[in-house]
Amino acid sequence: MRVVIVGAGEVGRTIAHNLEQSHDVVVIDRDPTIIEEVTYSHDVLAIQGDGTERTTLVEAGVERADLVIACTDHDEANVVICGTAKTVSDAFTIARVRQRTLLETWEGSQGAFGVDFMVCTDLLTARAITRITDLPATQDVDTFVGGLVRMAEFEIDAESPVAGSTVHEADQYDSLTFAGVFREEELIVATGETVLQAGDRVVVIGSSSSVTEFARDIVPAMADNGNEIVIVGASEIGFQAAREFEEHGYQPRLIEQDHDRARTVAEKLPNTMVLESDATDVEFLAREHIDEADLVIAALDGDEKNLLVSLLARRLGVGRTVAVIENLEYAELFETVGVDVAINPREETSEEIVRFTRADHTEKVAMLEHDRAEVIEFEVTSESVLAGTPIVEAVTDLPDGVVIGAISRRGELITPRGGTVVQPGDHIVVFVDAAVLEAVIEAI
Amino acid sequence: MRRHVHVDWRAGLSLVGTLLVLLSVSFVVPILVALVYGGTDLWVFVTAMVVTAGFGVLLRQLESEPEPGAREAFLVVALTWLFAAVFGALPYVLAGNGAVAQPINALFESMSGFTTTGATVMDDISFDTHSRSIMMWRQLTQWLGGMGIIVLAVAILSQMAVGGAQLMKAETPGPGVSKLTPHIAETARVLWIAYVALTVVYITLLYSLHLLGYAPNMDLYNAIAHGFTTLPTGGFSPEARSMEAFSPLVQWLVIPFMFAAGVNFVLWWYVISGNARSLLRDNEFRLYLGATSVLTVVTTVVLFVSALETPQTGQIGGNLEQSARYAAFQIASLINSTGYANMDFDAWSGPAKGLLLFAMFIGGSTGSTGGGIKVLRWLVILKSLRREVFTTIHPEAVRPVRMNGRALDEDAIRGIYAFTLLYVVIFFAGVGLFALDAARVGLDLELLDVISASIATLGNIGPGLAEVTGPMGGYGEFPVSSKLLMIGFMWIGRLELFPVLVLLTKAYWTD
Repeated sequence: MRVVIVGAGEVGRTIAHNLEQSHDVVVIDRDPTIIEEVTYSHDVLAIQGDGTERTTLVEAGVERADLVIACTDHDEANVVICGTAKTVSDAFTIARVRQRTLLETWEGSQGAFGVDFMVCTDLLTARAITRITDLPATQDVDTFVGGLVRMAEFEIDAESPVAGSTVHEADQYDSLTFAGVFREEELIVATGETVLQAGDRVVVIGSSSSVTEFARDIVPAMADNGNEIVIVGASEIGFQAAREFEEHGYQPRLIEQDHDRARTVAEKLPNTMVLESDATDVEFLAREHIDEADLVIAALDGDEKNLLVSLLARRLGVGRTVAVIENLEYAELFETVGVDVAINPREETSEEIVRFTRADHTEKVAMLEHDRAEVIEFEVTSESVLAGTPIVEAVTDLPDGVVIGAISRRGELITPRGGTVVQPGDHIVVFVDAAVLEAVIEAI
Repeated sequence: MRRHVHVDWRAGLSLVGTLLVLLSVSFVVPILVALVYGGTDLWVFVTAMVVTAGFGVLLRQLESEPEPGAREAFLVVALTWLFAAVFGALPYVLAGNGAVAQPINALFESMSGFTTTGATVMDDISFDTHSRSIMMWRQLTQWLGGMGIIVLAVAILSQMAVGGAQLMKAETPGPGVSKLTPHIAETARVLWIAYVALTVVYITLLYSLHLLGYAPNMDLYNAIAHGFTTLPTGGFSPEARSMEAFSPLVQWLVIPFMFAAGVNFVLWWYVISGNARSLLRDNEFRLYLGATSVLTVVTTVVLFVSALETPQTGQIGGNLEQSARYAAFQIASLINSTGYANMDFDAWSGPAKGLLLFAMFIGGSTGSTGGGIKVLRWLVILKSLRREVFTTIHPEAVRPVRMNGRALDEDAIRGIYAFTLLYVVIFFAGVGLFALDAARVGLDLELLDVISASIATLGNIGPGLAEVTGPMGGYGEFPVSSKLLMIGFMWIGRLELFPVLVLLTKAYWTD
């Protein structure tokens, strides 16, 4: 597949990195230094030029392309790139935007602007935040097969009832599969004998109810009151997150220091209590009982500020903290020093885009622990090694590092066990170690 | 140093001239009535028509192509009402019958008509003293004043384009204009269609009741006459006993139409266009409906437990139908400044009259023909007071005041506070001045007379709550100086204070 990526920022480069092995990738950017850098660091063709110009796209061979991804930092440019590409090519076009209004226009009229798929960065991030907070003690959450299957990553702490028990002992749930365990830097593909230790992050796949039930069991104390939410910073992400929470029936609080911005978002958020203050003002935090919040989300502009706010919240005794980070390299550092979850908008965006570039039968992708493992959903075809054989036998044909998490057959959820036979047409959700991803996709 | 005048008063007056010419056309209605009933007043209206049109043409000579701006709009609006009242008073003077033949009384009656107040100085409301054409003219002035001569004129004077929007802003009661269509003339036309449609439906229903035998008194003349004064929330009636002269069924029918007249006409337009939901979703409409319902229920209870008895209707206390009918009618009539009466509510108990006085301070909705402080202003005040309480507990909270889901501009809220405060100040000043003036001439008035004279003229309500100002009394007893002040009150009340008051500032003329 020939893929043209316009914009070699972090998103563009992450996508390029994901695709360079299996596809012909062309990257376009206006900045010659970046082009120079991309040329030597990635196995792609890098072209310097303006992607909104037809000549540049033609130079990149857009007529032969199957996919055009417009992911520059400018919404309008991205939309124009897709429109321009459509004038000379039949390629599938993907545009990355920040403004939700553009997304709403596009959703209201599929194919508007010549865009086949639109990814709204800030909205994606906001949705990732709300998804994570939906479950207590969750680090990452995603849904598959139209919401039937849920994947979640939990941290096990010392008081948790499952700490110290094996997966076999902990598995008392109808439709839940233990997929993998992250222990510090190590990834362990879960088997019945795997022992869950305090500090492990365990990935489970199963029905929504069983995942929720599991979440309650491992952190019983937080089960009932996980709804006092404070968002710090009315950045676009903070604002969208507040809106998402409102839509889920929450009444979050949003702290914004800038007078005009506070007023603007207050006008748009009828069920959010907007507070105009400095979030590091300890007196204010005490007066508003921020320490009693179950969750504090730091969505200010600037990673350092978000770190400060998260640590301060932590110190006040807030249950969980989520920080939005711009610099991907900080992610692990943040999580090491005590921020519960670090969310990177670019990562969310590239993740969303990459799922469109997978082989056709892949329908949904979730990346875990900053791309150390993935959970993917796909429809089983008759050529698949899984088709028609019991899972125990089929797995021998697959590389190590794969766990079949859930099977959906005609809308019904089937919990995969050794004897289960996968049929063509089933949707399956698998957990895959990133190291063997290519081989697995090839086989299935 | 001589300061330069920055208002194009020539253009303003020229436009007022055009409007007077248009107004003169409306004399056709009483002329027709005079022809139908063979009245002797034909010459009165022909003369009034010629004089009005002639003066209008004269004014138009001042400027051949007037282009009114925002400043001139205030002048045009304020002067149009003043001039309309002056020329509208001509027939009363020319006809020379009864108390209204005196110029000040005639001006009072005419101003009361055009401002849809409904306060009267007529000592004898009957066809023995006044011709049917004079009485029809009196009714018609309210219908013309209802939606505003300006809105009518704007619909016709489409050449005024942008200037028209400014005129409408200066005239349309309440904060903000809803432009329904890109062209202001089109919007004005749309509102007038809603107004005319409701009037026609109402007249038809009234007359149908008569034809079916349920309303012996409601002949075609009366049906049209009351049609002219219900939807503009006017309150004049050619019957001395107002709505008391008609059957209970007529009174029940009038109640919903009086209520409807106090609703924003933009909402009626939506209902006519098949979008009834926007009516129920509107915050102001809900408060208006809620306030009317609650006051009606409470007043019904108060009347039901009272020992009220009248020679005409017998025992009212203890009679649920009568208590409900009188309560619903009077609340609907006074809450939005219509001013009809279906009995002499001066005879009501103190608590019941207190409820009516409370209703008088509410007013109709914005964009309706109702007067007063208006429901929207109260709603904004209530909401912003609730916010004050909230921000006392959470000082950093940012809480926009919302109307129909939309955040209101803080300047608009300040403006509403300023208006309401000014309104109350003028009301109290009126109470003091009327009391002083009465004392000066040795007129013995009750406290409620003075209070209601002030609110009933400023709020364009009409009848007050005591013996002199009450529904069966008349303003004729007040001294001339008080009447002049009342004329001023009706004038500034109708135009929501500011269009008139800015004319009195130096800044308006010179800056």
